[in-house]
Amino acid sequence: MTERFHNIALVVNGEPVRERVDARKSLVDFLRDDLGLTGSHVGCEHGVCGACTVRLDGMIVRGCLTLAVQCDGARVDTIEGVSDTGEIADLQAAFQTRNALQCGFCTPGMLLTAQMLLARGGVPSREEIREHLSGNYCRCTGYHAIVDAVEAVARARAEGRP
Amino acid sequence: MKPAPFGYAKAKSLDHAIALLAEHADSRLLAGGQSLMATLNMRLSAPALLIDINALDDLGRISLAGDTLEIGALVRHAEAERSPEIARHAPLIALALPHIAHPAIRNRGTIGGSIAFADPAAELPACLLALGGEVAIANATGTRRVPVDDFFKGLFETALGPGDILTAIHLPVARADSRYGFAELARRHGDYALVGLAASARADGKGLKDVRLAFFGVDATPVRARGAEAALERGEDAVAALGRDLKPDGDVQASAAAKRHLAGVLLGRVARQLAEPQQLGEPRQLAEPRP
Amino acid sequence: MKIVDDLPSGLSALDRPNSYIGRAVPRPNLGRLTQGRGQYVSDVTLPRMAHVAFVRSPYAHARIKAIDTAAARQQEGVIAVVTGPELAKVITPWVGVLTHLKGIKSAPQHAIAIERACWQGEAVCAVVAKTRAEAEDACERVVVDYEELTPVTDPETALDPATPVIHASLGDNLTFERKHEAGAVDQGFAEADEVVQATFGFGRHTGVTNEPRAIVADWNAGEQRLTVYQGTQAPHMMQNLFAKHLGLEEHQVRVLTKDVGGSFGIKVHTYADEMAAVALSKLLKRPIKFVADRLESFVTDIHARDHRVHAKIGVKRDGTITAFEIDDLTGIGPYSVYPRTSGIEANQVVNLVGGPYRCPNYRARARVVFQNKNVMCQYRAVGHPIATSVTENLVEMAAARIGMDPVEIRRRNLIPDDGYPCAAPSGIKFEKLSHHAALDKIVKMMGYEGLRAEQAELRRRGIFRGLGFASFIEVTNPSAAFYGVGGARISAQDGATVRLDATGAIFCASGVTEQGQGAEAVIAQCVASAVGVPLDKVRVITGDTDNVPYGGGTWASRAAGIGGEAAWQAGKALRQNVLAVAASILQADATALDIRDGIVVDADSGRERLGLDEVARIAYFRPDTLPPGFQAELMATRHYVPRAWPFAFTNGIQASYLEVDTDTGFVTLLKHWCVEDCGTVINPQLVDEQVRGGVVQGIGAALLEHCVYDERGQLLNGNMADYLVPMAGEMPDIEVGHVVSPTADSELGAKGAGEAGTAGAPGCVVNAVNDALRPLGAKTVLDIPLTPDRILSALGKV
Repeated sequence: MTERFHNIALVVNGEPVRERVDARKSLVDFLRDDLGLTGSHVGCEHGVCGACTVRLDGMIVRGCLTLAVQCDGARVDTIEGVSDTGEIADLQAAFQTRNALQCGFCTPGMLLTAQMLLARGGVPSREEIREHLSGNYCRCTGYHAIVDAVEAVARARAEGRP
Repeated sequence: MKPAPFGYAKAKSLDHAIALLAEHADSRLLAGGQSLMATLNMRLSAPALLIDINALDDLGRISLAGDTLEIGALVRHAEAERSPEIARHAPLIALALPHIAHPAIRNRGTIGGSIAFADPAAELPACLLALGGEVAIANATGTRRVPVDDFFKGLFETALGPGDILTAIHLPVARADSRYGFAELARRHGDYALVGLAASARADGKGLKDVRLAFFGVDATPVRARGAEAALERGEDAVAALGRDLKPDGDVQASAAAKRHLAGVLLGRVARQLAEPQQLGEPRQLAEPRP
Repeated sequence: MKIVDDLPSGLSALDRPNSYIGRAVPRPNLGRLTQGRGQYVSDVTLPRMAHVAFVRSPYAHARIKAIDTAAARQQEGVIAVVTGPELAKVITPWVGVLTHLKGIKSAPQHAIAIERACWQGEAVCAVVAKTRAEAEDACERVVVDYEELTPVTDPETALDPATPVIHASLGDNLTFERKHEAGAVDQGFAEADEVVQATFGFGRHTGVTNEPRAIVADWNAGEQRLTVYQGTQAPHMMQNLFAKHLGLEEHQVRVLTKDVGGSFGIKVHTYADEMAAVALSKLLKRPIKFVADRLESFVTDIHARDHRVHAKIGVKRDGTITAFEIDDLTGIGPYSVYPRTSGIEANQVVNLVGGPYRCPNYRARARVVFQNKNVMCQYRAVGHPIATSVTENLVEMAAARIGMDPVEIRRRNLIPDDGYPCAAPSGIKFEKLSHHAALDKIVKMMGYEGLRAEQAELRRRGIFRGLGFASFIEVTNPSAAFYGVGGARISAQDGATVRLDATGAIFCASGVTEQGQGAEAVIAQCVASAVGVPLDKVRVITGDTDNVPYGGGTWASRAAGIGGEAAWQAGKALRQNVLAVAASILQADATALDIRDGIVVDADSGRERLGLDEVARIAYFRPDTLPPGFQAELMATRHYVPRAWPFAFTNGIQASYLEVDTDTGFVTLLKHWCVEDCGTVINPQLVDEQVRGGVVQGIGAALLEHCVYDERGQLLNGNMADYLVPMAGEMPDIEVGHVVSPTADSELGAKGAGEAGTAGAPGCVVNAVNDALRPLGAKTVLDIPLTPDRILSALGKV
């Protein structure tokens, strides 16, 4: 009951997964090392940079501050899985056409976080977009193109455009 | 860094959690984990056992009982942001919540965790102090309530002892004559405050009574500026009184002199907020998790 | 709808149909990055791979008396515990000096410290284990017996006789000193109506790349070959260094870069812990992975910009600048970083002060001193932010002193746009710059008059907004003058190989590297335009010393100007070869043919004659049908190095509009502009985005970022909560405009653009803050980052 190692069973990107984990292993390390899902990145391990952002039971969380063992019975979705469902295809396309990513390291976390805002519907102001993304560190873009991309997608979705 | 090794136990009930705590002296409770895991990842702390209390649904409720609002310890910040009860009955909390970190953190971080961790620059401990609420605690010998003025003891130190679990906070609900104020200064959105102020009062004709001014980021705990409170109640210059109330230390972000000055600036701004009659808010519109 | 206006290339030799030069086409590698399907070095795993963690000195300066590894060796998962002396048998030390920095000196640095730890965070022991977590567990069991020594932590007193000398063999703590004088400086100051004197402080800060430094070293003992995956900007340089220090031949070493999560100069240097990881692989005969975690990064990634500058400007009442003088003191770490040296930044400061202006009188002294703090070296815009801030802050202070508008003083002093070629008093040579055109453009873009009116109106209401400018020059496309002449095996030239593949696609291997700026896309655009194929038919690889031409990598904004030119020339050569084959197939005259959109056509009519897939099919599979004796050659390699100019200087100007809350000292950035002249623009969107990213890094320096050390050499804020990097919530929108002055040193005429944003941003933000505060009689703030404390202090409020 109080051991270091635990068996966990969860669903990752729609696939059932059974693994044995050291209690101290973070969710993001589990995804990267044990499942080979390297799309979620490790930037700080103290919850500040946002590069490890993944979805736990449908909500974005910091993968570095969540333990794999806590995800027993849960549903986890990473950027790879969310990409393959097509849910954010328009956002990914907008990021590409506007060069809203350069090195790409922050991008998976940035996309999942932006999608949380976009899923509310409506067209947020640039200030609201910046505030919502204020927990995702990007060193390359200076954020302007990211705000442009999110704003453009919000408008397109609100108008029913692809 | 990776944390030092630890054992893990998932509590099935509050009694189970209490029993585990009592049995394992070198253990920590894991709720949202947003502060705890950062601490463990930096090896600033190395408990032998983590007791995961996230399954204790009974601690995740928000309920109104007469003129008290009870917020369970496991209510997530994000849930609190969406709560119509908090917006209506504890608008000061609603004002503070958007300042706490960022959406991904707020999805996991809990109200109880924030109060129990008691970071001196955190918003919610100061809000609790400003509202004059109580903290509900359970342990192997039973339950107790600690008034907030007795709860925060020192740097990361509260009335919670070994074996204690914070189960809920109890807040006096907003009344027609309630006034609230909140302001914080942070270099970047979501950062811990350089200096912050949470305040409550009641309208008293054209003036104020029952003023509670809770500063954060200026001391080892949130601290009430009692001289400034009395000055506001008397309708006098509260900023002058503040100099005797607060003795901040400087840190890497701001010198002691800057903190004293900024506390005065915030007091001026919050005093103006308290002077205005206020609308009770609606909860922020946030997306529900996908099924 | 176009998102970014394409620029007309305006170049007759390059005005080809379907040219991609000047077009904002999306980068081909973005698909994988937006899906989380990139491969960063931190993602790489190899069979039997082990992980290394380091025991790091908690002291800034300490003798290592003994290391007891017995308990650590017993820990679960541990493969080896290795100290400095043990590793020194496998890898030799290095010294970060170059001969062209006269007098520079430094002491040998080992992969793992042997006798002393000289900065807090320096590695003193390595633990190799099956997992990183287990390696860290064992690190806690290593017992190091330190004898604390007095640390040197104040550059101002580093050269005092009473201060301990960090390396006795060097005699003192002076790394490098340079003096320069030009014109008649004393006379210039004597003739001035006003002399403005000030001291500038620049807070030491660091790159904070999102992906930390990562390396996977794989010594294959059977093959006697070392393969290193490393997010380095200069793989050939590292190939040479690994070979040199491990006693291997260069051809035994292969360096691969993969996707890199940001670099900005951080990953162009040689790091002791990375060299240790490579040496450990050779020692243990298995792959070793090292990924610096964020806490390690703060104490080991190179720091930069720790400068104190005393400076003076002389100005006449009519606005003429009569002289500049600077005295720059910079405190680095205990070693000059290898191989580029920690003298380059100070050298650049001396080279660049006063650069945009025609004032011929200039005196400079720069001294670089050792300290017991983390090492310091080149970081994006090396030296430019210091030089630009000092120059531009002095210019606006001078303008204020004589009551002249800051735009006007620049109009009177910037080198005229028709005044080229010319040389600056520091000796740097300019081919063609456009300071006045850029100034005119930015004034128009920002609606300067309207902003001044708004500022005045708001001042009357007690709201204090400021406007500030910074004219700047940037060093790009460096020749061997930067490093090669000093003895460094860092290539100033670069190469590209292009190949027509069997189905008509074009493969290109380039010696420059990609860290997110879009180097691969720019190379692809050059190749596609030169050969005459659609962009989606071009595939570019970079970052593999086994498979790309010998090159220099990406740094000093050289990828587009140098790498792009090599790709352009190679593309042209391939085109000639393809047309030769097509001509022989068609029995036509090659000069009457062209390649457009992947099809061989009659040049004059555009009539389609033959697809490139058909040319390839015949050349590769049916050469029997070609004329006797004819040998098809569908691959071409070209190299390029700038020959006429040691550097291709670019220029530009930035402006900042901001509001200062005079009660709290907080600054709100309202808007930022930059006009950039980087010569021919190959992809305007990528240039704009490089400028924006660079501007925000510069804003970070101006307002937020500071590695804060105490007097004992302890870094006080080495984590992401306490070290403040710019986040989205506080950054302004940034508008970018262009002027185009191509260089004649290459056919494309492209200069570099990667660092301009960072060069100018701090100076104009500081100018804007001081502009906001000036009517309040505040002291001028010249110590960055401009924290609320510093602004409140200038206002006399604390």
